[in-house]
This record gives sequence, C-alpha cells and structure tokens, in this order.
Amino acid sequence: MAEFALPKHSKIVKGIDYPLQSESENPKKVNVYRWSPDDDENPRIDSYTIDLNNCGPMVLDALIKIKQEVDSSLTFRRSCREGICGSCSMNIDGTNTLACLKSIEDIKGDINIYPLPHMDVVKDLVPDLSKAYAQLTSVKPWLQSDSRPEEGKSRKQSPEQREKIDGLWECVLCFSCTTSCPSYWWNGDKYLGPAVLLQAYRWIADSRDENTEERLNDLEDTFKLYRCHTIMNCTKTCPKGLNPAKAIGEIKKLQLERK
Amino acid sequence: MNSNIDEKFIKVEDMKTLKTHGVGHWKLQRISAIAMIPLVIWFTTSLMLTLMDGYEQSIDWLQSPFNATGLILLFGTLYFHAASGLQVVIEDYVHHEGLKIVSLILIKLIAIVLGVLSILCVLKIFL
Repeated sequence: MAEFALPKHSKIVKGIDYPLQSESENPKKVNVYRWSPDDDENPRIDSYTIDLNNCGPMVLDALIKIKQEVDSSLTFRRSCREGICGSCSMNIDGTNTLACLKSIEDIKGDINIYPLPHMDVVKDLVPDLSKAYAQLTSVKPWLQSDSRPEEGKSRKQSPEQREKIDGLWECVLCFSCTTSCPSYWWNGDKYLGPAVLLQAYRWIADSRDENTEERLNDLEDTFKLYRCHTIMNCTKTCPKGLNPAKAIGEIKKLQLERK
Repeated sequence: MNSNIDEKFIKVEDMKTLKTHGVGHWKLQRISAIAMIPLVIWFTTSLMLTLMDGYEQSIDWLQSPFNATGLILLFGTLYFHAASGLQVVIEDYVHHEGLKIVSLILIKLIAIVLGVLSILCVLKIFL
C-alpha cells in the first residue's frame, strides 16, 4: 500500500545560516539541502548568502563559490559546466535541471536547491542513481547488429534516417526527467522511466540497429512501458529541451502497429 | 560494478517475467474511450430531448430497438472502460501483492455484475 508517513530521519530541519562577511550591493541567499550518511542527523537546509557581483552567472557557479569560499563540506556532482556531462542535475527553484545551465538571474527570491526528488541520497546534493543506471543497462543502449559493415567503412545512414534520431541522441542522461515523473516515484522499481525509455527509442529509431523487434518485445510490458500516463513532467523539466514523452509515445505507437 | 548495483541489475532483468498485458490493455482502453464519445453525446442529447419529459415518454423511448441497442452498447463500454481505468489506478498505487490481486478481481467482478444488471434492466423495459 502507499506509504503515508515519511521514513525516519526524513524531516528536514533548519540548518546553519552563513551570512555575508562584507557589504554587498547584490546579495542572494542560497538555501541548500544537506545530509550526511556519517552521522545520525536529520537532513537540514543550510543558508548561504553570497555576493552576486563576485560570482559567475549560473547556479553551479554559486555552488562552486560556496564550496570554495564558505563551506568545503558541501557535496555535489559536477564536471563539464556546460550541459554536456549531465552530472550536476538537481532540483533548483522547484524544477529538476542542470545547475550549469540554470541562470541565477532567472530565479526570483532565494535559490532553493535540493537533490533530485525521490532517489536515495548519497550525500547532500548527490543522489544514488545506481538503480536508474541498471535500468539503462537493461535496454542495451548500444548498437546491435549481426551484419558487418564493409571492411574499413562505417555504417551509412541517409540524411533522412539520421534525422530520426535528432532530439534523442542529445540526451545527457542527467535523469532530471525520470526523477520528475510521479509514475516513476510510485513504481520506479518496475517502470523504466522517461530517460531510459528515450534511450530505448533512440536505438529503436536508429536505422543501423538490427534488433528493433527484440527491443520492442522487451518493452511490451504493463510496468516497464505502460506506467507512462503522459503526465509530461519529463518534457517540461528536460534541461536540454528534449521530449521524452514523445519518444515514449512513439514506442507505444510501434507496439500498436506490430500487433 | 559493486555488489549493490549487481543486485539492482538482476531485479531489473527479472522484470521480464512480469509481462502480463501491455499493448492489448492500452489499446482497448483507448478504443473504449473513443467509442464512448458518440455514445455519451447521443445519450445526453436524448436525456435532454426526451427522457426529461417524464416516465411514460422515457418508457416509449426505450422501446425503440435503436435506443435500447445504444444504451446497451453504452453500458457495456462504460463498465469496461471504468474497470480498465481503475485497474491502472490500482496497479499504480497498491503495492501489496495480495491486496492488489484481490482488488483487481473485485473490480472486474463488480463491473461485470453492474454491466449485466444494467443491460437486463434495459432489456426488461424493451421487451
């Protein structure tokens, strides 16, 4: 049955307030979710006031500034700082997005930062994505083919065939969409979620892949695919502007056509 | 890969055995939804045009084979659609295996009983 009470240590308490050390014409308060597995404390919200006149434009810049100048214990994932690696996905201002692509300027009032929703937390803003990665592996996100391309040649696609994977290959697997999906929150152990289904469709739509039938067979399942109820949170939240809901719709269409 | 991930991976692979109904259920749910559009429009229009006039007029209305057929089709589609919709809701939110199976069976039974009852009522008046 649905769980109505939160598990132990889930209640978020108020944390430490770090005021600005010097005067600033452009202060901004950043409220960050903090939790550490090393002690027995509840999660807390720490507040850091930073000087925007002395900070980069993106939320990731603010986080790096806090980590460097105020509190080195603040933990988050990041790498490329340009929306390509997908590491710094988190919930900012109520929406899942990439911290490196989210402009501070676009946020009115305080900046509230939480880890991706409904995933186990490793520490602070770092969610445990191992289940999502395992689900990704289960759809075999690589080219499967029995034929061999001509010796020394690559597998050819016409421009039209190549166009079919536009809007799919750009996914950076940040799992912003998957963790925004209520269906994934309730049935994440059985439903694959938008990010993984978009990846599945990326290979189904690829003319070079020869395993379409088996891929579709694997997905024809009440839970894996049909827990998508076109809620569209995935499409709304995608920091890369992709449309996972459409990809899922295309898979459903293909399932219908072959029956 | 650490053991934790291995364990979760196996769980995902095991999902293949869950395959019960996929596209079939999805398709029937949509077909019944589409079928209900004309049926509901027809029924509400009749409701406003004739059935509001009183008992005698309503009985007369139901004695037409076209109207009785329409109403039987509407009841059939309605209960089928309701049961398949509720099935999805239960699959979404009821995570206790036993409770889930019991409620899924109950919903189907209730839909069948109500459906048969409604259709018999129509037939009784029609005949």
